[in-house]
Amino acid sequence: MNTTLKLLAGTGALALVLTACGGGDGGDGEAAGGGELVGSGSGDSCTIEAPVPVGAVVSLTGGAASYGDSQKKGLELAADKLAEGEGITYDLKIEDDASDPKQGITVFESLTKDKSIIIGPTLSNTAFQSQPIAQDAGVPVLAISNTASGITEQGDYIFRDSLTEAQVIPQTVEVAKEHFGLEKVVVMYSNDDAFTESGYDVFVQALQDQGVEVLDTLTFSKADTDFRALLTEAKGKDPDALVVSGLIEAAIPLVTQARELGIDTPIIGGNGFNNPKLMSDAGEAAEGVVVGAAWNSASEGELNTAFLADYAEKFDGQPDQFAAQAYTGLMVIDAAVRANCSGERDDIRDGLTTIKDLDTVLGTFSINADRDAEHQAVVQIVEDGSFTPLN
Amino acid sequence: MQQLLNGLFLGSLYALFAIGFTLVFGILDRLNLAHPAVFAAAAFVGIELVAVGGLSIWVALPLVAVVGAVLGLIIERVAFRPLTGRPDAHFAGLISSIGLGGMFIALLLFRYGPDTRRFPVEAFPTQTFTFLGARVTVLQVAILAISIVLMVGLTWLVARTRLGRAMRAVAENPRAATVLGINVDRVTATTFALSSALGAVAGALFAMNVNSAQLGMGSAIELKGLAVIIVGGMGSLPGALVGGLVLGLAEVFAVQYIGSSWRDLVAFGLLFLLLVVRPQGLFGSRRVREV
Repeated sequence: MNTTLKLLAGTGALALVLTACGGGDGGDGEAAGGGELVGSGSGDSCTIEAPVPVGAVVSLTGGAASYGDSQKKGLELAADKLAEGEGITYDLKIEDDASDPKQGITVFESLTKDKSIIIGPTLSNTAFQSQPIAQDAGVPVLAISNTASGITEQGDYIFRDSLTEAQVIPQTVEVAKEHFGLEKVVVMYSNDDAFTESGYDVFVQALQDQGVEVLDTLTFSKADTDFRALLTEAKGKDPDALVVSGLIEAAIPLVTQARELGIDTPIIGGNGFNNPKLMSDAGEAAEGVVVGAAWNSASEGELNTAFLADYAEKFDGQPDQFAAQAYTGLMVIDAAVRANCSGERDDIRDGLTTIKDLDTVLGTFSINADRDAEHQAVVQIVEDGSFTPLN
Repeated sequence: MQQLLNGLFLGSLYALFAIGFTLVFGILDRLNLAHPAVFAAAAFVGIELVAVGGLSIWVALPLVAVVGAVLGLIIERVAFRPLTGRPDAHFAGLISSIGLGGMFIALLLFRYGPDTRRFPVEAFPTQTFTFLGARVTVLQVAILAISIVLMVGLTWLVARTRLGRAMRAVAENPRAATVLGINVDRVTATTFALSSALGAVAGALFAMNVNSAQLGMGSAIELKGLAVIIVGGMGSLPGALVGGLVLGLAEVFAVQYIGSSWRDLVAFGLLFLLLVVRPQGLFGSRRVREV
């Protein structure tokens, strides 16, 4: 009897606490979205009294931690830069998704309560699971590193500033064809991985569009490390280049063994090859590997030069593509806020749809009707141990 | 010619892996499924010795063999010896060795993380030369030479030495061997140490050969190693050598003449066919012993 009473009392108390929590949260949400983020003026002269809240979800721990760390630095640098401007201040909050979709969901749930816009998360996999939460809550999301197709199809509040494979690969093929005069190639890909298989499909389409003949298609498994038989087969066809869609784990032994077998033609890789490990681990064999990217440190342009200098000063190191895309992300958000001079969620969403020919460190940047990024990719070739622009 | 050599180099590594595997199986009638974990561990330790320790590859390799031998002793002591005398010792040993192998891999993951690792680029000579129109690296020749020396050495050891005779006696009948004054426990432990040392050298050489070491590299080769010892005849050392070469060549020529996606299908199809035609394997004898 006594126990039952206690239990009842306990349940009642718990219910009270829960109700209180729920009410409190709702109240906060209301306060943040209550109209005080609408400013006066427009464009450069826009002034908003309250700071615009921006939440970033990046992988600071776990498997993707190295990418997340770059993104954090890029975001911090952009926040510093924007703080120098006048009229609008941003309240940037960076959270860790631990490279884990489950944690991504939790962080998104807390950020949708009081943030005007969310940046991230780092991995496409996490994005697919956590972005619907923001979509349902009507909070715009700007993805800054996801390359999988279908990210922005999740809803009309989802945007991205990172180029997809489907955008980068055709430009890579085009530039490589022009530069090396490609006529015939051998294509290799790992056919047991969704990412590399979709990369292969894009490659084949691009080669066909460009009128490059595919002499042979060779498949391997993503766990394979001995490619000598395949490469000997490819060499026998005498191609102008090898086109490979594979992850970095396969790319390094493949490139090493190709050079060892005397294949001196260019090797054109997908985004899996876009990794500094290629040069550090394959050494000289990596020379002549061609890969497309959204950004290269050697890209010309005033903004990029300033970005490199600022980054070096603040962090004592070189930025990578992830830092550049994160930096651009916050700049794009600033442009979207200024477009309607409002930090309200729906106004930022509308502002993002109007981004066109914005000058960024990634180049001239637009957001298209699919809410995806559009800008020129940088086709790079490994020369003297580093990625150098080919176009 | 190039494909023939590709198959030969690949096959010699399969063989080196399988010979360690088959040694324990042939002599002790136990299948040690922690062997693939030793294969991977050795590659990572070898890389550590060369990359961090700054040792020459020729100093590191014997050390890797020693590490392998120690792991073999641990496997014998932890996964197999406690089960001696149990009626289900075969099956229990199989499972406990899988478990121990999993623990080794977990320790590697803890120590090295999930990333692929490699020997430093300058760790071994990268020169290539042309042999009958095919390109061969100095490293590949060295690997082939090491494999052959180890295989011949092991065969000699089993056939001609006192230890080898003791091993064969234990293989024939452990109880009778005890009566003859052979220390069965010591012979068993030595067999495990030798087997794992070979597996370890194979692992380090494999990582060098393909310029890549992954936690899962052992499991990728495990099934092929099993296929090799079955093709060769369970427990037969020359069988494992020939079986390794047959599988290596079959894979390479499948790529050449049929298509790259069919590689494993051809290799394992061949194995299946062989088992139908000659169930005891190429070099195996019909087993009369009751299991």
